Amino acid sequence: MIIKQLSVFLENRSGRLAKALSVLGSENIKIIALSVADTTDFGILRMIVSDAEKAKNLLKENSFSANITEIIAVQTNSEAKYYADILKILSDINISVEYTYAFKTNGKSIIVLQCNDNSKAIKALEGHEISILKAADIYGI
Amino acid sequence: MAIWNSHVECMPREEMRRIQGERLRETVERVYYNVPFYRHKLQEMGIGPESINSIDDIKKLPFTNKSDLRDNYPFDLFAVPMSDIVRIHASSGTTGKPTVVGYTRTDLSIWSEVVARTLTAANAGRNDYIQVAYGYGLFTGGLGLHYGGEKIGASVIPISGGNTSRQIQLMKDFGTTVLACTPSYALYLAEALDESGIKRDELKLKSGVFGAEPWTENMRKEIEEKLGIKAIDIYGLSEIIGPGVASECELQCGLHINEDHFYPEIIDPETGEVLPEGEMGELVFTTITKQGLPLIRYRTHDLSRLIYEKCECGRTLVRMEKSLGRSDDMLIIRGVNLFPSQIETVLLEMAEVKPYYLIIVDRINNLDTIELQVEVEEQFFQDKISQLQEIRNRLADNLHSATGLGIKVTLVEPKTLERSEGKAKRVVDKRKLK
Repeated sequence: MIIKQLSVFLENRSGRLAKALSVLGSENIKIIALSVADTTDFGILRMIVSDAEKAKNLLKENSFSANITEIIAVQTNSEAKYYADILKILSDINISVEYTYAFKTNGKSIIVLQCNDNSKAIKALEGHEISILKAADIYGI
Repeated sequence: MAIWNSHVECMPREEMRRIQGERLRETVERVYYNVPFYRHKLQEMGIGPESINSIDDIKKLPFTNKSDLRDNYPFDLFAVPMSDIVRIHASSGTTGKPTVVGYTRTDLSIWSEVVARTLTAANAGRNDYIQVAYGYGLFTGGLGLHYGGEKIGASVIPISGGNTSRQIQLMKDFGTTVLACTPSYALYLAEALDESGIKRDELKLKSGVFGAEPWTENMRKEIEEKLGIKAIDIYGLSEIIGPGVASECELQCGLHINEDHFYPEIIDPETGEVLPEGEMGELVFTTITKQGLPLIRYRTHDLSRLIYEKCECGRTLVRMEKSLGRSDDMLIIRGVNLFPSQIETVLLEMAEVKPYYLIIVDRINNLDTIELQVEVEEQFFQDKISQLQEIRNRLADNLHSATGLGIKVTLVEPKTLERSEGKAKRVVDKRKLK
């Protein structure tokens, strides 16, 4: 239920994102989802990849600062209301969402969430019969 | 052009040397009998006041370093009882231990005498209005120029630094003729004047005395063009007296040193050997008349050379070349002294950052800027922006506590900063290139 996401520190300098991605490309790592959180001075590249540990080590060898974070992923229909409902379930029990992003594949939407208490979030969502993805489900996309 | 004290400033070389020899002997007596630090040093070396029979015997004497002042903080190097000290100043230093200096009444009159010479060399006199925009307070700049200005009988405006729009308004309303401030502040004022709506020909400025930081010929040209004045370079350091140690004359070809009070030498910074006339090396000063805090062969870490030829202005006082470099790695940023080692200490105390760093100093809009690039320690890098920002803000706060400066902190990727076995290049000072 807990899924590994790769986080990479990027300076706000031209070419850094491209370099990080080409490092992954050199070993045929597949990227399932990607987002970049930015400030004026630096960014954090977040990715769900086919092999998080391998990708992390590869980036570290190439002098990137990378780490693994745990996230949860939820599968749902693609209408906006479903996204809103999920967020409401969490906020009703005071779970805060650090960040979230979503992507669509095979007709369904997958929503990635980083919560301040991922386990509690999983329980709450299961209680509402929301489909939580297992790690194996997502890496194979 | 006027000379404040031509008896001294145009004195023949042999007479000057004779006076210097006498005064050196008196000074060595003074410190030998009154300052334990110096007495012990001299006794260890087997020398005493009787070893000094001419100014050339100065080579026998030991050097004094800034660390000696810190080790004897605050008053242990003073050669008189505290009841004879009528003024205390302190210069910017690392937090908790600034460099402290003290003056007797006689020292204050020496100080106003040497600044009077400085101002006269900048063509100032009793009919002038001097705007002293150096900081007033523990810093010697403000009060130093102040009393020198009063000595020559000028009308002194003790405005201190800051409040730029008021500076310009009063320059116009009072009819300021002479400006005293740092060169970078002078440029700042010049720009503010452009934007103020007050025209240059509404002002009566004719000259300025600028110092407390290194400045290039290009900066001088800019100040002279933008303010329409003659910009005179002045040199001083609190340990020796403050402003008034040396100053250019109207010919702007070297700074005349008030060597009847402050005897200069140039040494090889590595060996301590005195270098022949004209060679570049580190400036060393011995105060030969000060009573409160006499200093023997004080190492300034400023690089320069001495010119003994008589100047076309008529003065025989030895000239030092405008100092543009230091023999150590100290930086002066917005008037504050900074050693890269201070930054290293802060970095080593924070586990979240590596001690690899790069200091980038620049001058933007005539104000010094300083940026510190530092690598994030991998194990501390996690996923949250807020966490990285917290590290950055905490580092900036720690740096401010340690240095007194607002330093912009930029986190960079690992291995982007230089590693080297020897001394890595840790500072890029873009100001030099301008």
